[in-house]
Amino acid sequence: MTVPVSWYLLLAAALFAIGVIGALTRRSGIAIFLSIELMLNAANLTLAAYSRLLGDRAGQMVVFFALAVAAAEAAVGLALFINIFRLRRTIDVNRLNLMRW
Amino acid sequence: MELAVFVLFGLAALVSAALVVAHRNPVYATMSLVVTLVSTAVLFVLLGSPFLAALQILLYTGAILVLFLFVIMLLNIGRERSSGARSPAQTWSAVILALLLAGSLGRLVWDAHKDSEAPPLDATFVSLRGLSEQLFSSYLLPFELIGLLLLVAVVAASWLARRHEEDEPEVAAPSPEDRP
Amino acid sequence: MRPLDLLWLIPALPFAGAAVNGLLLRNRHKPLVTAIGVGAPGLSLVLALAALWDYVANLRPQPFEQFLYAWTTGSLAIDVAFRVDPLSAVMLFVVTFVGFWIHVYSVGYMGHDPGYRRFFAYMNLFMGAMLLLVLGNNLLVMFVGWEGVGLCSYLLIGYYFEEAFPPFAGKKAFVVNRIGDFAFLLGIFTLFSEYGTLHFGQLTERILADPGAAQRPFLLGLSLAGFTALCFFIGATGKSAQIPLFVWLPDAMAGPTPVSALIHAATMVTAGVYMVVRTNVLYQMAPEISTLVAVIGAATAIVAATIGLAQNDIKKVLAYSTVSQLGYMFLAAGVGAYVAAIFHLATHAFFKACLFLGSGSVIHAMGGEQDMRKMGGLKKQLPATYRTFWISTLAIAGIPPLAGFFSKDEILAGTFAHPGALYRVLWVVGLLTAGLTACYMFRAVYLTFEGKFRGSHEQAHHLHESPRVMTVPLVVLATGAVVAGWIGIPKGVWETFGAHDRNLLHHFLAPVVAEVHGAGAEHGMSHLVEWLLMAASVAIALAGIGIARSQWKRRGLEADAAFAARTPVVQRLLENKYWVDEIYDRLVVRPLAALARGCWKIVDTLIIDGGLHVGAFVTELTGDLGRFTTTGNVRQYALYFLGGVVLLFWWMVL
Repeated sequence: MTVPVSWYLLLAAALFAIGVIGALTRRSGIAIFLSIELMLNAANLTLAAYSRLLGDRAGQMVVFFALAVAAAEAAVGLALFINIFRLRRTIDVNRLNLMRW
Repeated sequence: MELAVFVLFGLAALVSAALVVAHRNPVYATMSLVVTLVSTAVLFVLLGSPFLAALQILLYTGAILVLFLFVIMLLNIGRERSSGARSPAQTWSAVILALLLAGSLGRLVWDAHKDSEAPPLDATFVSLRGLSEQLFSSYLLPFELIGLLLLVAVVAASWLARRHEEDEPEVAAPSPEDRP
Repeated sequence: MRPLDLLWLIPALPFAGAAVNGLLLRNRHKPLVTAIGVGAPGLSLVLALAALWDYVANLRPQPFEQFLYAWTTGSLAIDVAFRVDPLSAVMLFVVTFVGFWIHVYSVGYMGHDPGYRRFFAYMNLFMGAMLLLVLGNNLLVMFVGWEGVGLCSYLLIGYYFEEAFPPFAGKKAFVVNRIGDFAFLLGIFTLFSEYGTLHFGQLTERILADPGAAQRPFLLGLSLAGFTALCFFIGATGKSAQIPLFVWLPDAMAGPTPVSALIHAATMVTAGVYMVVRTNVLYQMAPEISTLVAVIGAATAIVAATIGLAQNDIKKVLAYSTVSQLGYMFLAAGVGAYVAAIFHLATHAFFKACLFLGSGSVIHAMGGEQDMRKMGGLKKQLPATYRTFWISTLAIAGIPPLAGFFSKDEILAGTFAHPGALYRVLWVVGLLTAGLTACYMFRAVYLTFEGKFRGSHEQAHHLHESPRVMTVPLVVLATGAVVAGWIGIPKGVWETFGAHDRNLLHHFLAPVVAEVHGAGAEHGMSHLVEWLLMAASVAIALAGIGIARSQWKRRGLEADAAFAARTPVVQRLLENKYWVDEIYDRLVVRPLAALARGCWKIVDTLIIDGGLHVGAFVTELTGDLGRFTTTGNVRQYALYFLGGVVLLFWWMVL
C-alpha cells in the first residue's frame, strides 16, 4: 500500500520537536548547532512531502536552496565557534552570557 | 513494500534524532545525525525526489557533517559535563513547549490532510531533466544568488576562523574543566 | 504727513524706552537711563500735543482712527488700531502731561536709588500700557493695556522687593485686580458673542440700532446691557478701587511715591472711570446698574473719606482720598453725568498728582519718614512744597476758582438734578464727603506743615527743600490744579453774566455720550438752584476747613487724642479702616487658603503625587522583576522565543 503523505508530515513534526528540545536543553554550542540542523532537516522533509502532495516541484526547489543555505550557515557558524573557543576556551552557552544587564 | 520502507526509515530517523539530542559525546551525536539524514534521504526517494536524496547524502552527510566532525576534533570538544549549571526548569519547560508545538503542528496537519490523496507518481515529476530545466530557467536568479551567498560564506568563514594574534586570551593554557 | 499719523509712536516710544532701559542698558549708564527714561515720555507728550492740536483743529468731533495691523481675522476679527475721539483726547493729554512731569520728578526723587534703571523701565512700560489702554479703538486692545498697567502696578508696588511688605502689597493688588479683570473679560466675551465686534464705534452703533435687543432679559435677571454693564463695572471696581475691591489701593502706597502719584492717583486707577464712560451706552440702557454705580461710588466716597480722617501716614491719607475722589467719579458716571466724571478725573489727576509729589518731597526731606505724627512745622524748611501742597489741598477741598471746585460741583449738581429720592440722599452723602475731604486734607496740611517739629534731631537737621527737578513739576502740577477747572465752568455761570456758554469741556465731550432715547436727559435746573448748590458746596468745604483749622492748626496731635478720648469706638473703627481687611481675610482669604491647602495636601500630594508614586513603583517593580528574565543565557532567550511561537501558533492558526 502507499503511505499517506500526512504521515510524512507527522514524522517531520516529530523530528522538528526533537530538534527544538535539543536546541533548548543542550549546553554545548556544537550540540545546539546539530539540533538546529535537525530542525532544518525536518522542515526540508515537510517541503518535500508537500511537493509530492501538490504535484508541484517548487517545494523541491526550496529544499535545494535550503540545503545550499545550510552549507553556508554551517561554514560561518563553525567559523564563529572556532573564534569563540579561541577567546573563551569554551563553547558552553551557559558561560557565554554577555547578553545581559 | 513502501509502507515497510517508510516505517523502517521513519523509525530510524526518529531514534537517531533522539540520539543526536541525547548523546553527550558530540562525535556520537554527529554520527547519529548522519543516520537521521540518510534515513530522510530514503524518505525523499519515497516522496519522488531522488535528486534531493542524492543531494542530501552528498552535501549534508558528505560535506557539512564532515565539517562538523572536523571542528569538533579541531577544538577537541569533549563530553558535555553532567555536573555544573543544570537547569531542570529550562529543560522541562523546553520539553513541554516542544511537545505542545509538535502536538499542535500534528493536529493541524492531521486535520488538514488525513484524507488527502497524493497524485500518482509519474515519470515527469520524478525526472531529473524536468527538474534541472526548471532550476535553470524559472529559478535561475535564486540559483545565481545562492552561489554568491556561498562565496560570501566562504570568505567570511575563512576570515573568522583565521588566527588573530591580538585576540588570544592572556592565559593561554585552557582550564582543566574544559578538558575531556 | 500730519501729526496724527504719528499717533502710534505715542505708546511705542515709552515701550521702546522701557525695552532699552530694561534690557540693553546697565546701571552704570545713569545719564543715558535718565535721558531715555524721561525723554521717551517727553517725546510722547510733544507728539500727543501735536496730534491733539491736529485733531481739535481739523477733525473734531469725528473720531480719528489709525489702523496698525489685523490682529486676528475671520469671524473673530480684531484690529490693533488706535482711536482719537474727544474722550481719548482728554485722557491722552492727562496721561502724557502728568506722566511726563512725574517722570521728571522721579529723576530727583529716585536719584540715589540703586534700582534707578529698573524704576524707569517699569515707569516707561506703564506709560506705554496706559496709552495703549487709552488709545485702543476696541475693547481687546484696551484690555491689553488694562492688563499691562496692572502688571506695572504690581511691579512698582513691589519695587522695594527686599522688604517684606511691598511684595505682599503688590501681590494683593494683583490678586484683587484679577477679580475685576475676570468680570471685565466676561463682559467683553458677552459683547462679542452678541454683537460680533469689539470696536467702540461699531458697538455703540449696533447697540443703539436695536435698543430692544440690548434690553432683553439675558442673565441673572439682568438685561443684556445690564449684564455687560455690571461686568464692566465690577472690572472698574477692581482697577479703580471701589467698594468692595478698594482694599488694595491703600496698601499700594508701599511703592515709591512717584508711582503712587502716577499710577495710584492720576492715571491707572482712573481707567475704570474711563472704561465706564467709554461704554456709557450700556449704562444708559441699564438704569438699574447706573443706580448701583452711583450708590457704590457715593458709599466709597464717604467710607474712604472717614477713614482718611484717622490715618497718620501721609500717603495713606492721600490714598484714601484717592479712593474717595474715585467714588465721586463713579457717582457722576452713575447719575449719567459722564462729562463730569471725566472732568473730575482730569482735575483730580493734577491736584492729586501734585499732592502725592508734595508728600514725596516731604518724605524725601524727612529721610523716608511717612508718619505725620513725626512731622510738623515744615513750611519754613520746604516753602515750595508747602505752597504747592496747599494750593492742591484747596483744589481738592473744592474752593473756587480752583480745579476741584468746578468738577466736584458739577458732580453734585448732576446728582441733585437726577430725579428720585435716592439721588437726594446720594447728593447729601456727596456733600458730606466734600466737607470731610476738606477737613482731612487740611488736617494733613496742618499736621505736616504747621505747629512744631515732632521728629528726631537728625531728621530736623536733615530737613531741606527738594531740588529744582522735583519742585518744578510740583509748580507745574499746582498750576494745573488751579487752571484745569476753567475748561468746565458751568453753563449757568456764563449765562448769569450774559455771556455765551463757554463750557468747553461739555461741548468737546458731547459726542462721546451716546444719545439713548429716553435716558440721561439734560438737567434743567434754574440758575438760582445752580448757584445755591455751588454756595452749599463752598460752604461745606469752608466748614470742613474751619473745623480742621480749629482742631489741628494749633493743637496738632492733641486734637486727635481728644477725638479718640471723646469717641473711642469711632476712632478705633476709623483707625482700623472698618476692619475691612480683617473681614476679607476671614471670609475670603482664609477659606481660600484652606481650600488651596486642602488641594495641595489631598489632591496634589496624596492623589496626584501618590498616583505617580504608585505608577513609578509599579514600573520599577516590573523592571526589577523583568530584569531577572534578562540573564544573558541564550537558551533562555530561545525558550521565550519558543513560547512566543507556540502562543502565536495557537492564536493565529488554531
